[in-house]
Amino acid sequence: MPLTWYLVVSALIFCIGAGGVLVRRNPLVILLCIELMLNAANLALVGFSRAHGNMDGQMFALIVMVVAACEVAIGLGLIVALFRRRLPIDVDELRELSG
Amino acid sequence: MSLQTYGWLVLAFPLAGCVLIGLTSKLALGRLHGIIGTLAIALSFAASIGALSELQSLGEEERQVVAVGWDYAVTSGIDAQVAILLDPLSVLMMLIVSGVSMLIHLYSVAYMGGDHGYARFFAYLNFFVFSMLLLVEAANFMMLIVGWAFVGAASYFLISFWYRRKTATDAGIKAFVINVAGDVGLVLGAFFIFRGTGTLDFLRVFEEVGNAFTPNDPDLVAGCCLLLVGAFAKSAQVPLHTWLPDAMEGPTPVSALIHAATMVTAGVYLICRMHPLFEQAPIAADVGAIVGCLTLLIAASIGLVVTDLKRVIAYSTMSQIGYMVMAASSAAYAAGMFHLMTHAFFKALLFMAAGSVIAAMAGIQNLDRMGGFRRAMPFTFICMLIGGLALSGVPPFSGFFSKDEIIALLLARDDWHIVLGVLGYVGSLLTAIYTFRMIFRAFYGDPVPEAQELEHGHLYHAEQPTNPMSGEVEDTDVGFPGEEHHIAEREFPMKIAMGTLAVLAVIGGIPQIPEVTDWLHTFLEPTFHDSALYEELEASGTLTAIGLLVGATIAGTGIFIAWRLYGHPPQRAAALQERFAGLHNFFVHKWYFDEAIDLVFVRPAAWLGRFARTTFERVVVDGLVGGATALVGLGSAAVRRVQTGYLRYYAALLLLGMTGLGAYFLASA
Amino acid sequence: MAEVLFFIAAIGAVAGAVGTVSLRNPFYAVLALVCHLLALAALFLLLRAEFVAAAQVVVYAGAVMVLYVFVVAYVGGSGEPLTASTGATLRFASILFALALFVELTIALVGTSLSALDSDGAAYEAGFGTPAEVGELFLTRFLVAFELASLLLLIAAVGAVILARRRTGLPEAGEISVGDVMRGDGTLQEGQTGTMIEAAGSRRR
Repeated sequence: MPLTWYLVVSALIFCIGAGGVLVRRNPLVILLCIELMLNAANLALVGFSRAHGNMDGQMFALIVMVVAACEVAIGLGLIVALFRRRLPIDVDELRELSG
Repeated sequence: MSLQTYGWLVLAFPLAGCVLIGLTSKLALGRLHGIIGTLAIALSFAASIGALSELQSLGEEERQVVAVGWDYAVTSGIDAQVAILLDPLSVLMMLIVSGVSMLIHLYSVAYMGGDHGYARFFAYLNFFVFSMLLLVEAANFMMLIVGWAFVGAASYFLISFWYRRKTATDAGIKAFVINVAGDVGLVLGAFFIFRGTGTLDFLRVFEEVGNAFTPNDPDLVAGCCLLLVGAFAKSAQVPLHTWLPDAMEGPTPVSALIHAATMVTAGVYLICRMHPLFEQAPIAADVGAIVGCLTLLIAASIGLVVTDLKRVIAYSTMSQIGYMVMAASSAAYAAGMFHLMTHAFFKALLFMAAGSVIAAMAGIQNLDRMGGFRRAMPFTFICMLIGGLALSGVPPFSGFFSKDEIIALLLARDDWHIVLGVLGYVGSLLTAIYTFRMIFRAFYGDPVPEAQELEHGHLYHAEQPTNPMSGEVEDTDVGFPGEEHHIAEREFPMKIAMGTLAVLAVIGGIPQIPEVTDWLHTFLEPTFHDSALYEELEASGTLTAIGLLVGATIAGTGIFIAWRLYGHPPQRAAALQERFAGLHNFFVHKWYFDEAIDLVFVRPAAWLGRFARTTFERVVVDGLVGGATALVGLGSAAVRRVQTGYLRYYAALLLLGMTGLGAYFLASA
Repeated sequence: MAEVLFFIAAIGAVAGAVGTVSLRNPFYAVLALVCHLLALAALFLLLRAEFVAAAQVVVYAGAVMVLYVFVVAYVGGSGEPLTASTGATLRFASILFALALFVELTIALVGTSLSALDSDGAAYEAGFGTPAEVGELFLTRFLVAFELASLLLLIAAVGAVILARRRTGLPEAGEISVGDVMRGDGTLQEGQTGTMIEAAGSRRR
């Protein structure tokens, strides 16, 4: 079926993820929304890969998954560290890096 | 060694002395610093003699040698090199400068003993001699200006040598500022001449001046007048003369060296050196002659009434240099240089003797408080007498021959210069009067307490040192004169120096006895070979004879008048003062030159400075700079509000940016 | 048939996404994301990316999300406080931005004159998207990316350990027993952070 549909779905998921990053206050959920955006990108990649008949897109998508996994590990590590130090798990409360 | 080597050595020795003394000044070497300084100048003098002998061994045509050190800035439009010119004029000046300096250094070895700034003094003195030699050996305008400026700086250093005395530092600043005004004239004059001839080198300029300028060309006249401004400032001619009397705040050896024998003669040397330019622009030369004559008379009139011993001699210097400037501007070059030489001898001698008297008075310089030193200080008295006789132009002393030659040559010019000649005789009369006024008041009459003490073998010592001009109390630490006072009778180096100069003052007239010897005139001929008037200007036999007679008579008359006024009852002087009270007041106030300069130049400059500091600086400059920084601060404060610290806020900005970018690419596609 | 499957999977993906974004309880949000990932795997299968779909399910939904579940369980966060802070304005603005972005992207996609988008795509070759193909490409053309990815994983692992370790300077962990774990009452003594006592929480819950 036409590639356009897949791309529209990908765009939709991306925007939902972006909205979620802006709206949620729990850093865990923010990370989840970032995952959403990454997945949207994956979908677009794979769609184009199919359209061109070229495996490159799929390989790229696999690497993206690896990167996402690493990022999740580090992000969750940060949140655990926050929790250990009894800091509030709320991005609005964590704003010491201000100008 | 070759002539060039001698020329460089003459410069190198004083510089080396200065550096050596300067570097070791903190080590307590006592009189060794003085000996090093004197030795440096003695070596320089020896090198000058070597240069003289080398020069004379060259043929007459070749006696103008330029030795180039290195090219400083030589390109298509300009040729500035570090070069020295060795010709009879410069060698003569070298001999005078290094010779007299050597004797004054010797004098200072003893005179400045006990002063806490002893090493610094000799370093400065050596630096001065180096600068003066640089000036006289300069081969182009650049070196001349460099030497000129250095000499001004050295003068400043030495006048304010006792730097904790406010009067001395004020005098130093005054001298320096007026010298700088002269420097501006010199540099601008050099520019005018460079623009016309296209070269900085003296010999090339002199060749080109006939082609580049028509006679009395306005550019050349302007350039020469500006050079004269420089000459007048350095040689203390009216109206740039006010610094010289104040410069007597420096130690006596300084007054002897700089303000009698060498630095103040730089103007005369300049006019003689630039003679082709002045002969091409006779208007400028006439200006010089008139100013010289004016100075002669004004200075002599003031010298009649001042009461400070050193200032009498200072005004006398100003007056005698007026003679020299007048001579040099009237094409009597050899006569002017002859008078320069003899004047160096007897004026330095006078200053040295004055220094001895002042030491006997424990620093007091006021003539009103001196008297009767004849028995207590016989050697000093003889020296002062010899100097005074030479200054007044009594035959057969040196001053007689030199001064009368100037006047005779002026009279021989057969145009309005005759007036200058007659005024020269008037000045001669005044010279004799004020010189012997000084001698009679200091050495004759009843001995003052200090003299009486000295007769009993005990040098007077003030309990509390005070500033002789303002009466402020001082101490004897560095920056003020030391505790010791040295008089000639007790110090051998001083005796040798003064004795040598006395002998020279007596026999110094021999080189140019009219009709008998002609040594100086022939010696200087290679320098002045391109002068139209040098050979022609000669006083006839009768004129010379009349001149000598008149000169001797005037000198005798002057001494007699002085004896009547000051030698025997001093009431005659007081009565005369009362009768001419207005005139006396006018002279005592130095013809109100200081007040006039203050009104015309100093006050507006001070007002401008205050205006700049309060209004201009505060409003305009601070406003601009402060305004700029305030603007930047405001800008950054505004931008800083983006950094809120909220993660979601940043993410929103990111998204916004991305959207914007996408819109841009969409629109442009 | 393919269209039907496509729509089911797409709706599932979008529903999962919306659920992730809007569910209050972070645990439920994680589950919504898992749903989304599975739907996405279906979409990948439709696009003939078999290996990617499998990796999606096994690695992403299987391992990464399980890690998430563990951390959510540890950290807790039973919902978000309802304080306003940057509240309504930011919420409204962010929805607006997201919408704007979506509109833009759609315009870009639909309005573009890229001919490939409307076609059916390239012909299907046998072996497209199979694990054999992926493996061969990884070890030939994309070898550098492969190696770098493994290096990245190493760094991430080390980083995660360092981030989450116990700080020196805190009191030493003592020996604990199952009894301590069972007796735990929610309050923590000095040396009990980072141990099972903290993880197990209070008995009275």
